[in-house]
Amino acid sequence: MAMLEVRDLRKSFYTYAKPGLQAGIFHKHGARKVVSQLDVLKGVDLTVNKGDVVAILGPSGSGKTTFLRCLNFLETTDSGTLIFDGEQFDLGKITKADIARLRKKTAFVFQNYNLFRNKTALQNVTEGLVIARKMPKAQADAIGMKMLEKVGLADRADSYPRQLSGGQQQRVAIARALATDPEILYFDEPTSALDPELTGEVLAVMRQLAEEGMTMLVVTHEMGFARGVSSKTVFMENGVVVEASPSQEFFAHPKEERTREFLRKIEQTN
Amino acid sequence: MFESFLANRTVGVLWEALPRILSAGLTMTIPLTLISFSLAMVIAVAVALVQYAHVPVLSQIARFYIWVVRGTPLLVQLFIIFYGLPSVGIMLDAFPAAVIAFAFNEGAYCAETMRGALESVPQGQLEAGSCVGMTWAQIMRRIVLPQALRTAVPALSNSLIGMIKDTSLASNITVAELFMAGQRVAARTYIFLPIYCEVAVVYLLFCTVITKLQSLLERQLNARGFQ
Repeated sequence: MAMLEVRDLRKSFYTYAKPGLQAGIFHKHGARKVVSQLDVLKGVDLTVNKGDVVAILGPSGSGKTTFLRCLNFLETTDSGTLIFDGEQFDLGKITKADIARLRKKTAFVFQNYNLFRNKTALQNVTEGLVIARKMPKAQADAIGMKMLEKVGLADRADSYPRQLSGGQQQRVAIARALATDPEILYFDEPTSALDPELTGEVLAVMRQLAEEGMTMLVVTHEMGFARGVSSKTVFMENGVVVEASPSQEFFAHPKEERTREFLRKIEQTN
Repeated sequence: MFESFLANRTVGVLWEALPRILSAGLTMTIPLTLISFSLAMVIAVAVALVQYAHVPVLSQIARFYIWVVRGTPLLVQLFIIFYGLPSVGIMLDAFPAAVIAFAFNEGAYCAETMRGALESVPQGQLEAGSCVGMTWAQIMRRIVLPQALRTAVPALSNSLIGMIKDTSLASNITVAELFMAGQRVAARTYIFLPIYCEVAVVYLLFCTVITKLQSLLERQLNARGFQ
């Protein structure tokens, strides 16, 4: 059974007229006059089964990051259906309580890590347990240390984010995401802010998670990861899914002409 | 040698005035500053948060408050509260009147400092907090406010130092603080330049201590990961 199913997810960014001020991009609310409308997601469908590692590829501006952010409610969604563990939600009218409940089952890893800058590595990992889940501190610390060990950073537990390299910060961020025992992990271009040398250590952790059977949805530019680790690859462009198939098939026999063109270009630059 | 130095009239007056000026400073100027500044910080954080969160109505009230307080002189505010309010039945002692005036005045300036500091905390910190399941209030209290306060320390120290000196205005509403102690000696002895210079030196001394405390605090915060 599908663990996560998305149907017809749509989202637009609107520019509103703001008298006397420069027009800016805002989310849709209120009844102000819309100056222009940018349809970022034009009906995205996706199915993720338990244990799937799904790589989402696509050129800049294809909407892949926005799509991932919509799934964890970091962006509002105009319309669409989300089915999580058999429970159905209308994304256009989802309540705060449902969002809070769904977020307990998911975790998010950001492109620029977003570690809490005023907390140590260990505190970053335990914050969600102690504060959001009211877990006793000793128990949370034990879990935190276990997670840091898993990403190979137990010896840096007391370091602050600024004392860690980008790769180490991202691994702490992954430990933080794992600590809350999520059913699915979302990754938003987890290696894009890292230089090539540091990319490897983060990808190694993600590969290990994939092998352990963690369900993951990864927006990425890492062809190696999509090809070698992910079980399913999705290609997005202009706010729609162009092609989605098992990774081996996706890379060996891409069906759509646009996918072939994209893969050719990537190979040329590599 | 020291005795003959003290025998000089000016030096003698300065020497005798010093404990008075110092004690007025320690018993009036410092408490007035600390109490007012603490209240100002509470006002500032509340007013800044209301605007940061775009709370309707309250953020308009906050803008109005800042507009009025920043647009009127502190001395006039002191006079309104101490000499003006009794005519509508609100009688306040000099000290509480001064505390109210200073707290509301400084609160408006510090609110803007805090608002800027809050807005300087990257949006990603809030997103990360909500993704690990924290509520908005939890994220504010544990993640955003501590970072914002750290950013605001230099500017807030500026305000605190400014306030120590501004409390001299309270002499105008009969608060017997540091400056008034100096004025009294000067008026009695007709020694003006040396006495007022002595007053200035005592203010300088207080401000130096605050400056030292500020750098100590910043070092402590940096050691705890704040940057």
